[in-house]
Amino acid sequence: MKEFTPPADSASIVSVTERVKPLALGMVVTSVHFLGPRAAFVGGEETVAFVDGQGEISKVAVHSGGILSAASDGKRLVMGGDDGKVVSLDAKGEVTLLATDPKRRWIDAVALHPDGAYAWSAGKTAFFKSGKSEEKSLEVPSTVGGLAFAPKGQRLAIAHYNGATLWFPNMAGSAEFLPWAGSHLGVTFSPDNKFLVTTMHESALHGWRLADNRHMRMTGYPGRVRSMSWSAGGKALATSGADTVILWPFASKDGPMGKEPAMLAPLQARVSVVACHPRNDIFAAGYSDGTVLMVRLEDGAEILVRRNGTPPVAALAWNAKGTLLAFADENGDGGLLEL
Amino acid sequence: MSEATAPKIPVTVLTGYLGAGKTTLLNRILSENHGKKYAVIVNEFGEIGIDNDLIIGADEEVFEMNNGCICCTVRGDLVRIMEGLMKRKGKFDAIIVETTGLADPAPVAQTFFVDEDVQKNARLDAVVTVADAKWLSDRLKDAPEAKNQIAFADVIVLNKTDLVTKGELAEVEARIRAINPYAKLHRTERCSVALADVLDRGAFDLDRILDIEPDFLNADDHDHDHDHHHHGHDHHHDHDHGHGLKHYHDEDMQSLSLKTDKPLDPNVFMPWLQNLVQVEGGKILRSKGILAFHDDDDRYVFQGVHMMLEGNHQRKWKDGEPRESRLVFIGRELPQDLIRQGFESCIVS
Repeated sequence: MKEFTPPADSASIVSVTERVKPLALGMVVTSVHFLGPRAAFVGGEETVAFVDGQGEISKVAVHSGGILSAASDGKRLVMGGDDGKVVSLDAKGEVTLLATDPKRRWIDAVALHPDGAYAWSAGKTAFFKSGKSEEKSLEVPSTVGGLAFAPKGQRLAIAHYNGATLWFPNMAGSAEFLPWAGSHLGVTFSPDNKFLVTTMHESALHGWRLADNRHMRMTGYPGRVRSMSWSAGGKALATSGADTVILWPFASKDGPMGKEPAMLAPLQARVSVVACHPRNDIFAAGYSDGTVLMVRLEDGAEILVRRNGTPPVAALAWNAKGTLLAFADENGDGGLLEL
Repeated sequence: MSEATAPKIPVTVLTGYLGAGKTTLLNRILSENHGKKYAVIVNEFGEIGIDNDLIIGADEEVFEMNNGCICCTVRGDLVRIMEGLMKRKGKFDAIIVETTGLADPAPVAQTFFVDEDVQKNARLDAVVTVADAKWLSDRLKDAPEAKNQIAFADVIVLNKTDLVTKGELAEVEARIRAINPYAKLHRTERCSVALADVLDRGAFDLDRILDIEPDFLNADDHDHDHDHHHHGHDHHHDHDHGHGLKHYHDEDMQSLSLKTDKPLDPNVFMPWLQNLVQVEGGKILRSKGILAFHDDDDRYVFQGVHMMLEGNHQRKWKDGEPRESRLVFIGRELPQDLIRQGFESCIVS
């Protein structure tokens, strides 16, 4: 990776820290999602904390144990727990039990389709449920690392050891295996449906161009990549795992093949979570030292949202309109910024 | 400062061949009134007789890091389970990982060496191997897994000693010692062993790599009478006790210990050791050492599992403490002469 050299004339950083509404959630936080106007902070166990525009906190019990996975479509939040349950939480705070694993196995991964279908995994098996139709399942060769729905059609990507499996749950015999040695954990489709990208146990991403399954190796990270976010329109994939935000170019038909990634917002700390603005070419990044920055993709201009000196930032999300940014560190100290 | 890091959660790996008594030991640990709460990672649900909401089923899924290097095999399921358990930090004090009877302990140990996130939150405490006094001698002949488990152990619980004669017990112990003279050995019936002898051992703690002397030498210090008693009945090897346990030389699994009171050249030693484990790491199961380097007032300690090494300057040599370097390798078909020669070439002449 190239070294980042800030321009000589760069002024001291612009700060909006004074405009942030501070939040003390009083629980371990692992992610945040907007449900309607409220931010829903997912706890390490048992609880989701809603925060409204005034910074008012109300907690909802969702699991009896650790919350292992969460996914949201902006209308509801689907979670899997170590209690073997899949539950959903809507914007009003209503909890619905979607499924219970008969052996009470951990629900390691969940995914939510824009049309309301959802998927979850326990051990080596991925499950799919859509409307009133019957539950479907597919067993893959090893424990499922992550799940993601394609942006179009009911197609599910399942990350596991030595590759990923693409599956149309409503078409028998449709599972297609994309091999690549190693353990694949997170998974995401590009918004144009042309690429599939996984985060690996090793400090790397792997990608496939779906038209011809050509491989894309995205390596060079000093640490494991835990957070990925597509920029508005899917032109770039922003990732954590280094001491800058690494953005892989996906605008051309070849994706990042043979191209260098952009490296923005360098700090003396590891990027722990990234969230791209839903409409503009801006992203937010949280760091292992507690810093939160907003960064413009075009020129890397930075705005300070939160100062360093706390545990790593664990949760970071924009609302659908991109007018609110919510964040929290691992210990549940966070904030809400209205733009 | 908010920098203070929480203490790492100790992880005990429990191995042992089929039927040796792993589950008995596990049940004993869980039922004892110790006031501690354990998260237990097991392979088969239902065998544990104790109610515990932190019993997690595992699949022993290994994968090879670095594109297929067998020595960099890690347990991916453990990485995942550890991550999930960390969400419930504070709900338990320690973790016990039970492996299947046929498992190689190396991937479990290697998981704690290579995974950054696992390392941040947890530390490997010790590999505890339960062995069946009646059947171990046979298994060492026909089951390479059983041999691996003995070779890898920090603590060996030699169980079912009530089912064998004194002579048989002496034989099985000698066979164990021929493979692994360094593990702490406890003779038990129905796995009745003090929990302090199996838990919180700090066997992988660099600061506690002190017990590099063979265990039977240590045992002689405080267990003198007991050992004499044994000798009386054991005419067969009491002549050459001390070096005579090699009597049962294992054909392929051995340990090699090296020692010198001359200082080592770190610029020669470090590349040599790294190259050795790179090239011969498949054969070397465990390694550890305390080193005295030339022009260095600090003790250097290291330990390794197959190809993975970790080491650090530990502390100043004390006044009057002999500045000796000692290394131990346990492995299969160790190239002993090659290792010896290499080690000698690291001595400052």
